[in-house]
Amino acid sequence: MTTSSYRIQGATGEWEVVIGLEVHAQITSNAKLFSGAATAFGAEPNTQVSLVDAAMPGMLPVPNRECIRQAVRTGMAIEAEINRWSRFDRKNYFYADLPQGYQISQLYHPLVGEGSIAIEPAEGEEKVVGIERIHVEQDAGKLMHDQHPTRSYVDLNRSGVALMEIVSRPDMRSPAEAGAYVRKLRSILRYVGSCDGNMEEGSMRADVNVSVRRPGEEFGTRTETKNVNSVRFVMAAIEHEARRQVDVLESGGRIVQETRLFDPDRGETRSMRSKEDAHDYRYFPDPDLLPLELDEAFIAECRASLPELPDTKRARYRDVLGITAYNAAVLTAEVETARWFERLLAACGDRVTPKAASNWVISDLFGALHRIGKDIDASPVGPEQGAELLALVADGTLSGTLAKQVFEIMLETGDDPAKIVAERGMKQTSDTGAIDAVIADVLTANADKVAQYRDGKEALFGFFVGQTMKAMAGKANPQVVNAQLKKALG
Amino acid sequence: MAALTDLGIAAIRDGVRDGAFTAREVAEQFVARVAAARPLNAFITETPEHALAAADAADKARAAGTLAPLSGVPIGMKDLFCTAGVRSTAASAMLGDFVPPYESTVSEKLWAAGAGMLGKLNLDQFAMGSSNETSAFGNVVSPWRRNDGGNAALTPGGSSGGSAAAVAARLCPAATGTDTGGSIRQPAAFTGISGIKPTYGRCSRWGIVAFASSLDQAGAMARDVRDCALMLQAMSGFDPKDATSLDLPVPDWEAGLSADLRGKRVGIPREYRVDDMPAEIDALWRQGAAWLKDAGAEVVEVSLPHTRYALPAYYIVAPAEASSNLARYDGVRYGLRDLPEGAGLQDMYAATRAAGFGAEVKRRILIGTYVLSAGFYDAYYTQAQKIRALIARDFEQAWASCDLLLTPTAPSAAFALGERSADPIAMYLNDVFTVPSSLAGLPAMSVPGGLDGQGLPLGLQLIGRPLDEQTVLNAGLAIEARAGFGERPSDWW
Repeated sequence: MTTSSYRIQGATGEWEVVIGLEVHAQITSNAKLFSGAATAFGAEPNTQVSLVDAAMPGMLPVPNRECIRQAVRTGMAIEAEINRWSRFDRKNYFYADLPQGYQISQLYHPLVGEGSIAIEPAEGEEKVVGIERIHVEQDAGKLMHDQHPTRSYVDLNRSGVALMEIVSRPDMRSPAEAGAYVRKLRSILRYVGSCDGNMEEGSMRADVNVSVRRPGEEFGTRTETKNVNSVRFVMAAIEHEARRQVDVLESGGRIVQETRLFDPDRGETRSMRSKEDAHDYRYFPDPDLLPLELDEAFIAECRASLPELPDTKRARYRDVLGITAYNAAVLTAEVETARWFERLLAACGDRVTPKAASNWVISDLFGALHRIGKDIDASPVGPEQGAELLALVADGTLSGTLAKQVFEIMLETGDDPAKIVAERGMKQTSDTGAIDAVIADVLTANADKVAQYRDGKEALFGFFVGQTMKAMAGKANPQVVNAQLKKALG
Repeated sequence: MAALTDLGIAAIRDGVRDGAFTAREVAEQFVARVAAARPLNAFITETPEHALAAADAADKARAAGTLAPLSGVPIGMKDLFCTAGVRSTAASAMLGDFVPPYESTVSEKLWAAGAGMLGKLNLDQFAMGSSNETSAFGNVVSPWRRNDGGNAALTPGGSSGGSAAAVAARLCPAATGTDTGGSIRQPAAFTGISGIKPTYGRCSRWGIVAFASSLDQAGAMARDVRDCALMLQAMSGFDPKDATSLDLPVPDWEAGLSADLRGKRVGIPREYRVDDMPAEIDALWRQGAAWLKDAGAEVVEVSLPHTRYALPAYYIVAPAEASSNLARYDGVRYGLRDLPEGAGLQDMYAATRAAGFGAEVKRRILIGTYVLSAGFYDAYYTQAQKIRALIARDFEQAWASCDLLLTPTAPSAAFALGERSADPIAMYLNDVFTVPSSLAGLPAMSVPGGLDGQGLPLGLQLIGRPLDEQTVLNAGLAIEARAGFGERPSDWW
């Protein structure tokens, strides 16, 4: 593992920050972890609740196979140990959003054991972050305090929804590394399809463990900042919390092991619960559930259903398809982008090189999408249309300039490029007769510049090209224009 | 003609089928007898309309030639089973007014088999107790009385005391029970009826108010072995809604009944010979062995060396699970809510649970919370689980030399109400013979063997291999045939 150079400058010297993350990721599934109730986000309160989720007397949990499958596939995607035998435990505590009075989780025997994730922070070196475990557990409901002046209401829609808790090793040493880790994890989850990674809707949130130490010394006491729900906030929370800890230590104080909250409005963390009010969760094996035993057929199906993952795909783009390292990284970071790009490649066939296609996606397509504020999935130009446009460039029908114009029209009208070219006569011309006629006009109109050029001011060549192209409304083949101009200018 | 209320399940089924009487006549007689026996306090809720509707359906089914296995049989339902639209209380103040919108799997199966419900039977609160004295609806009184001329009110046992009393008093031909550490077998023994707890997982726990999930198992209580077989058959079967339910076909136990025990070896566990066992019980135990030998079985002595640790282990595991299972009764969503003026959430929890739970339930929640707490977990819960594994291994080793075990069901006959309620340990000792097989999840049954000197019934317990309810029932049948237990309490109420 490489060492990060990120340091906090304190009054008494440098400090290093040590970060571990527990990411809660909602498993993509139509039903909850132990009940058949639906899991749609944003539904009316208490409309996604079964008798089991409301913990009615005599109700029993039954594990949802799909949720287990998704967690196993996620484990495989981070090359983790898959435990053939795991078990559910009850975490006991009272709260109004927890109908059973306990959360079904996995303390002692998690479904997924040790794995790892390679990250590449924006500033800093590539490194591998260890994953300690992934376990599955139930989400709680939600209290609503804004419905009545003196009473709180409970919404159980989320109660019992399946979560994966992905626990990292304390391997990160800077906010940037933590940010890169969350982004990479999110990317993997979305590739696998086990979590939509939507942090705004709460499908993914992080508990951030932070401690500080003098570089190279033992770990310090850590605090845990709960439920941080964006990459930016994760980084801000670490930055603030590390700085706070340094200030406490340097003023002779002691760090208290405690649970803290991140306040995004003020950009700071504050104490939520100290160790004194810490719960004794009285974990014990859930007697309503048998241990989870996975057979080889199930494991094999999980493995076979895994898609090509971002790291592998990125290497293939670079090494096999000949795409630049930068383009390969950008195109594989999000599963939607990679999917769109691969449909584009498939439609291009042999007509366009992958490299040319990648350049077009990253400059022209991304530029346009950014301008109109749309995601790639909502692009007004589909990959098949994009391929047709690129093919017209490759076969010389369109010049680069014409192609950009055609693309703009495609974005506006949704029409196919061939249709646009035909209807608007935007086809590039290589007809030397026509080009020579225009060149003659241009040279006649600029006799003074021709004289200067012939006296050695060769930089004027570009001017003649521009004038010729302009006179031909951009439809002339630039190579032919160049060649004919050279001839005409002698 | 004898009263129809003297008939058991098989006789009612056959009589309805053969047209000897109608299901309506049967239901009406039982409904009237239930109403007349209110001093026993066996029922928390009477549901005559349910029984009569099922009877009418049975009479129609007979006309249509579509009789189901229990068509026309009105039964009693322990009030631990949730029944749709019918108050389901677990004999607690917490669920005193709770009317579930769902039907437990076991009761659903019984209704599908044609049975009707006479009412919801009293029990120890949340099934925690061995005397029925923890019920928030007042204790059940046993129909039995001592022959000493005194009228001391006796316990029917517990927790399925209402079920036991109702079957013994002919208020219903059969009833459901649940057994966590002996809650079917001990009351069956105290009231001179038969009761069987099947292998853990035979009956779905879905819709049964949970006490200790790893031990709770529904079972049948009736006046003879055949009726137990019939009843249990209708109650059993795989349920995808219960993850611990066994995905196995249910054998036709009635068809397999046979009192011929040739080729079977009966084990007598020497560790069950406890020090202060009454001589009458010891004598009955020997008599039981002789009866089984007479039926063709070979009797052998076996050892279950960890038996003495079973009761302490049980009183750790069961309360631990209960402390967690009962956390859902918090006043937030259903059941009792005690919200003092100006109270916050924690105050509401405290007030609700203080008012909604009785002393014994609170005791077990506290014990369970304690044994699971940080610093005590390994010393109590982990140790108890190890003992549980050792006890299961004891039984497995015993099966090398025998096919079933014979023991007394309880260390005494029924005691007087109030006699032991001040001493929880004395009360817990009632379960000493029934708890080990519960910890091991084995099928076990109590059948009446005779009366003691005070004229009170005594029971014998048969414990079988996992899934071998048939051998247990057959041995029960062999004892039943030889004990000739025909005594019944008089209708003093």
